[in-house]
Amino acid sequence: MNDCRYPVRYRISARAEETHDTVTLTLEPAEDPIAAFRPGQFTMLYSFGVGEIPISVSGPPGQPSLTHTIRSVGAVSAALCAAQPGQVIGVRGPFGTSWDDADAVGRDLLLVAGGIGLAPLRPALLSALAQAGRYGRIIVLAGARSPADLVFAAEYDRWRDRGAEVDITVDKADARWPGQVGVVTQLIGRADLDPARTTALICGPEVMMRITARALMAAGLPAATVWISLERNMQCGIAECGHCQLGPLLLCRDGPVVNFGAAEPLLMVREL
Amino acid sequence: MSVVASDLASHRFAADLGQSQLDRLAAIASTVELAAGTRLFEEGGQATSLWLIRTGRIALDLQVPGRDRLIVETLGPGDELGLSWLLPPARWQFGAVAQVGVSAFELSSAEVTCLCESDHELGYQLSRRLLDTAIGRLQAARIRILDLYAAPSRTASGSS
Repeated sequence: MNDCRYPVRYRISARAEETHDTVTLTLEPAEDPIAAFRPGQFTMLYSFGVGEIPISVSGPPGQPSLTHTIRSVGAVSAALCAAQPGQVIGVRGPFGTSWDDADAVGRDLLLVAGGIGLAPLRPALLSALAQAGRYGRIIVLAGARSPADLVFAAEYDRWRDRGAEVDITVDKADARWPGQVGVVTQLIGRADLDPARTTALICGPEVMMRITARALMAAGLPAATVWISLERNMQCGIAECGHCQLGPLLLCRDGPVVNFGAAEPLLMVREL
Repeated sequence: MSVVASDLASHRFAADLGQSQLDRLAAIASTVELAAGTRLFEEGGQATSLWLIRTGRIALDLQVPGRDRLIVETLGPGDELGLSWLLPPARWQFGAVAQVGVSAFELSSAEVTCLCESDHELGYQLSRRLLDTAIGRLQAARIRILDLYAAPSRTASGSS
C-alpha cells in the first residue's frame, strides 16, 4: 500500500468545465494507485510547484480512476482548474470518514447540497443509485447561487431516470429560469419526508449546513440521523499536524463526515 | 368548485384546525386550476385573495426596467400565496405567475377577514399560520442576502 505521506502521480485524462470557476478532473494513476476511497472521503491534490489542497472525491467509487470537482478560489485550486489532460498531478489519500457511517440502508436517503457541496455527495448518490432496492426514496435537494452556478446540471435528469427525486433551487434568477428560486431549506417542507425513516447527508457552506440541519430537526429528524461534511485547514491528512482541529476532533481523520449531534456544539464555539 | 373540509385539511395551512373551523374555512374556499403561464396578479394591484397551493409552482416576480422580470421566489405544494391583503394598503408587492400547471384552494381575503372577525379563535389560528409563513420568508430572504455560495475572498493565507 502507498504511504499516505507521499503523493502518487496521477495523469489528468479528462477535464470538464462545470461553471465559470469550477472544473471536474478525471485522473488515471501513473503508478501504483492510492487505496480505494469511500463516498465522502477526500484526497490531497498536489499541483507540483504550487501547493496541495484537500478536495473531496466527486466520482463513483469502485473505479481505478479518480474524479475531483474543484472550484478556483486560490492559488492551488486555480492551478488545478487550469491543468489540462495529459498533465500529471500528485494525489495523497484517501482520508477521513465517509457517508457510509450514516448507515442509511433500508431507509430514505436525503442528500442536501449547497453550491459545490453537491460534489462530495455525488459518490454517495451514484453508489445508492447503483444499488437499487437497498434504500427507500433517494432525494436530492440542491441549491446554488444562480442557474449558471449549478454543478453536474447535465446529470439531474439521468439521476431522475434512475429513480432519484431531484429538486433544485437557486438564490437568484430571471424569468427565463423555469425552476425554483429560494433557499434550499425551503425545499425540505415540500419533500414530504418521513422523519422516522430518513437519513440526511448535508454538504455545503457551513452556515447552510447548520440552517439545513436545524430545519430537518424541526421537521422531526433526530440529530443522530443528520450528517454533515466539515472542512477546516486540512494539511497532513493523517491527524499529525493538528491544523484541522475542531475541539476534540481532527477533521482529516475524524471528519469530514461528522454527525450533526456531535458537531453542533462545536460549531457554536466561536474560537473553534 | 366548492371545497370539502377534509380536502382543505390536507393542506399544511389548514392542518390541525378543528372540524367546525375547517367547515367554515371550506365554505369560503374554492378550487382553482391554473394553466402554466397564467398570471395571478401584477405588482401594485389590489390584493384580494389567498391561495393555498396543492400542486405545481408559482413564481413571485418583479418588473425591472430594461431587463427580464426577476424571480423573487417560487412557491410550491404546501405553500401559501398572497399575504399582502393582511395589512393596508393591501396591494401586491410582487407579481405572481404559474410556472407550471397549478392546483390551489382560493379564498377571498374579504371573506377570510370577516370570518376572523366573527371568530377570534379561528382568527388567532390563521394569524399564527400566516405569521409563521411571513417569518419563514423573512428568514429565507436573510439567508439569501448572505450570499453563502459566493467564492470566498482570496487572502494571503488562503492558499487553497
